[in-house]
Amino acid sequence: MSGWTRKDLVGIVDLSAAEIGTVLDTAKSLQEISTRSIKKVPTLRGRTIANLFFEPSTRTRISFELAEKRLSADILNITGSTSSTAKGELLKDTIRNIESLKVDMVVIRHSCTGAPHRLAEALNVSVVNAGDGINEHPTQALLDMFTIREKKGRLKGLKVLFVGDILHSRVARSNIWGLTKMGASVVLCGPKTLLPPRIEELGVTVTTNLREAVKDADVINLLRIQKERQDQSFFPSIREYAIAYQINSEILKKAKPDVLIMHPGPVNRGIELSSEVADGPYSVILDQVTNGLAIRMAVLYLLSGAKSIESKKE
Amino acid sequence: MQTKTVLNADEVKKAITRISHEIYERHHDLKRLALIGIRTGGAILAKRFQAQIETMTGQKIPLGLLDITLYRDDLSEVGPQPDIGKTEIDFDVSGKTIILIDDVLYTGRTIRSALDAIIDFGRPTCIQLAVFVDRGHREFPIKPDFVGKNIPTAPEEQVVVKLQETDKIDEVVVMTQKDVTS
Repeated sequence: MSGWTRKDLVGIVDLSAAEIGTVLDTAKSLQEISTRSIKKVPTLRGRTIANLFFEPSTRTRISFELAEKRLSADILNITGSTSSTAKGELLKDTIRNIESLKVDMVVIRHSCTGAPHRLAEALNVSVVNAGDGINEHPTQALLDMFTIREKKGRLKGLKVLFVGDILHSRVARSNIWGLTKMGASVVLCGPKTLLPPRIEELGVTVTTNLREAVKDADVINLLRIQKERQDQSFFPSIREYAIAYQINSEILKKAKPDVLIMHPGPVNRGIELSSEVADGPYSVILDQVTNGLAIRMAVLYLLSGAKSIESKKE
Repeated sequence: MQTKTVLNADEVKKAITRISHEIYERHHDLKRLALIGIRTGGAILAKRFQAQIETMTGQKIPLGLLDITLYRDDLSEVGPQPDIGKTEIDFDVSGKTIILIDDVLYTGRTIRSALDAIIDFGRPTCIQLAVFVDRGHREFPIKPDFVGKNIPTAPEEQVVVKLQETDKIDEVVVMTQKDVTS
């Protein structure tokens, strides 16, 4: 038995190292399905999954959708602009209605921190957080850890550097929880205005000096400069940011020869990352996309057992 | 718990040799033959058959390993989801004669799952079933083509095929839980 007993995946903060290991191992076994001529298994046949995306998303949404299809689930897609939320319906009412349609699982992305958590408490069905506000993006952290483990053979003892907008990054937050639990050390680097105060308390190292930080990093994970969140000015200009914090081939000369370059996407070419590095030999950005599918299949598979666990308790 | 050994190490070895001979006898065209073992016991046995057939004929026939977890019909009933093993079928099953291998044949539900899984990889010419122990109590219309030993059992008994690779010993035992029947 996998030992997985959770109904929901709301955040990496809740998971133990063993549970993270279970997701990664399950994903490893599921990878092969995408290489078959018939890329589908009947595991979630007859289950219905609602994908609620109240915030724009391309890769996470299609990754979840494809993962659901590979497991033979039926799918309801609801996006912010096409749903009744545009008419002012409360989130809880939207979900109640969906629950009345006997949906088995809900995948939700929401701009409000804590929205998935509230839903998980309110609903009997499984809830998967596909990104909430600036809080967590658990499946992204899981696929990042999976990609690192695939390439490096381990997580323990590795040094993972995050560069960019840490303040607004749910990807960084989920990764910090996950990587530190798995025994890796995490270094955060960016302009002071984009580093959350007192973040060191989570057991990470903070620096503003990129040239120093890249030297002993095993992995460099770049965070997107979120232009949509830049209505306040956190740095003088995009150009100035790029001069100080862009990862390009010049900076990489200081890095380890086997460093991995990661990015959750979408990449702002020429801002946080130069094109030659994004497409270069160190980059595992497209592996992350491929692995994301296996990770999401693993999460859906493990959570789908929760229903029977609940009913057994009764 | 009562444990009775029904096949010892020597008898296990002989049964593997005999089944390998039977497979070869019925399928002389080794180029079209392939083995698929069901994880975990069937996978180990499949490797033994492959080695035995290679010793006999000098030819190494393709071997695939199959995990049927995702095809089980009781996934919603079993509580925490079972671990998933890796499926490794690196050859094209289309046009091949597949010998599907499992350690113990009981209700037939595992074999039903395995047939569904194999067909997702392509269209074999034919699939035959080799099992090490047939203990009866079928719930599906499934019949083995090659059998190591028929062991009539009661439903409350447990048949375990122990293999060197995982259990450090080759033997088949029948275990009876004394208090089960009461």
